Amino acid sequence: MRHYVIVGSGIAGLSAAEVLRERDPRATISLIYEESHSFYSRPGLAYLLADLVPEEQLFARTRAELRDLRLNWVHARAAQLLPEAHQVVLSNGQGLTYDRLLIATGSTAVPPDFPGGDLAGVVKFDNLDDVRRILKLAGRGRTAVVIGGGITALELVGGLRARGVRTHYFLRGDRYWANVLDEAESHIVQERLKAEGVVIHYRTEIKAALGRKKTLAGVETTTGEKLPCHILGVAIGVRPRLELAQQAGLKLDRGILVDEFLRTSAPDVFAAGDVAQVRDPRSGRAILDTLWSTALAQGRAAGANMADARLPYVKQVPLNVTQLAGLMTTIIGAVGSGRDPDLVTISRGNSEAWSLLPQAQVIIEKHDVNRVRLLVGEHTLVGALVMGDQVLSRPLHRLIAEQADITPIRAALGANPASTVSLISEFYEKWERDHDTPAH
Amino acid sequence: MRIIVQVDTLLSDLKRYQALSEGHVVPDAVRCVQCGICSYNCPIGIDVRSHAWRGLPIDDSHCLTCGECIARCPRSTLRFERTHLFP
Repeated sequence: MRHYVIVGSGIAGLSAAEVLRERDPRATISLIYEESHSFYSRPGLAYLLADLVPEEQLFARTRAELRDLRLNWVHARAAQLLPEAHQVVLSNGQGLTYDRLLIATGSTAVPPDFPGGDLAGVVKFDNLDDVRRILKLAGRGRTAVVIGGGITALELVGGLRARGVRTHYFLRGDRYWANVLDEAESHIVQERLKAEGVVIHYRTEIKAALGRKKTLAGVETTTGEKLPCHILGVAIGVRPRLELAQQAGLKLDRGILVDEFLRTSAPDVFAAGDVAQVRDPRSGRAILDTLWSTALAQGRAAGANMADARLPYVKQVPLNVTQLAGLMTTIIGAVGSGRDPDLVTISRGNSEAWSLLPQAQVIIEKHDVNRVRLLVGEHTLVGALVMGDQVLSRPLHRLIAEQADITPIRAALGANPASTVSLISEFYEKWERDHDTPAH
Repeated sequence: MRIIVQVDTLLSDLKRYQALSEGHVVPDAVRCVQCGICSYNCPIGIDVRSHAWRGLPIDDSHCLTCGECIARCPRSTLRFERTHLFP
């Protein structure tokens, strides 16, 4: 009887466990977890912070569902991996011998590098305990400063505003999320943040967090300005948690490098989720992404391959849907380029593929805040960003993911951006009718 | 009075079955992050989430197709789809 060991209880780890149990009903499956909570929706933390959903609702599996998996739950940190001996050593010194191992340790927030970054009141937004901490600090009459970029920074900003906190948002550059949004999109988000009462400080960096008795009292900027605050939210990016793999000598780049079966360089050791660096078929590069849906798909694929399925994993076109200052925004495929000065690494809910834009024509259709930006390659759509009205977001995802040949409407799209909605809608309906794969 | 209530119930049941026969709520699983806002806002307590992340239509016979889950989902995961059972 096989012993499968999974390190990490996020969506990648749990999905792998679910598939393993399905494929190998008699195996022993051990799941090593660090957080003292049951499985919850990490992206849902933004909605908890914004008071849209209570905490207990985020636990996405019932007790019965978890019990039916018949897992051996091990509450510990995996301290050491010995690939030759096929053993994981836990923080308490106990050794677990595995037949197949999955590293699904996820990613963790990059800590601030300025003085005072360890004061009480300086918060990150990684997990449920972080949100509980923020909620204890938040409330009317409180002031917060948020630094960073991408989705996480705005989730913090939006959540704090929803809780009545006076919120300042520091941007290092001239605009928000410069390597994914275009100038007009950044402007829309910034205007909406202002309308919500957020004070945006452009070209502003923190020199130090100031404190009294180990507690945050304010921040000082690099230009010498001081701003009193009770909360400092730091969302400057996340890093894959590589310690275990690094110490074991696995082949690494920015994440753990894996092959098409999600196997690492060590025999019988797999990796999935934020920690894995996986080949993107569109760009041909091995990239990181920190998307829930990717982690879920990789967890399932790794689980299947650990049980000898030999199913190649093909990275899907990255998609995320988020509320940017309350405006629903879907990002699909390649939409930007370069790097964002507000992030030192990748942010959560992100894909490196979004900023690997090849040569493409940009077509923009806009009405007030409803906006569609299409990135058009030679014969296919390579990316899209849909803000506000989401009527096109699903058709565009399908067309981009399936690399539909849009030659019949390509010229018309370029000539008449105002007709984007009708052109895409009509083309999509016909394409879906002629296409074999199911729509959902 | 008792009879009226029963007729009302009957009518609402009829409407429900009519709505269900015309269409149902379907998810786009890749958008779902299992946050549970849909289940939390369902007026009759259907666990919409457990359907959504698995990519299954909400086929619970009690579904009112009221659209609350569709409107509340922050990620546009759910939509109403006509089933065309009775064209």
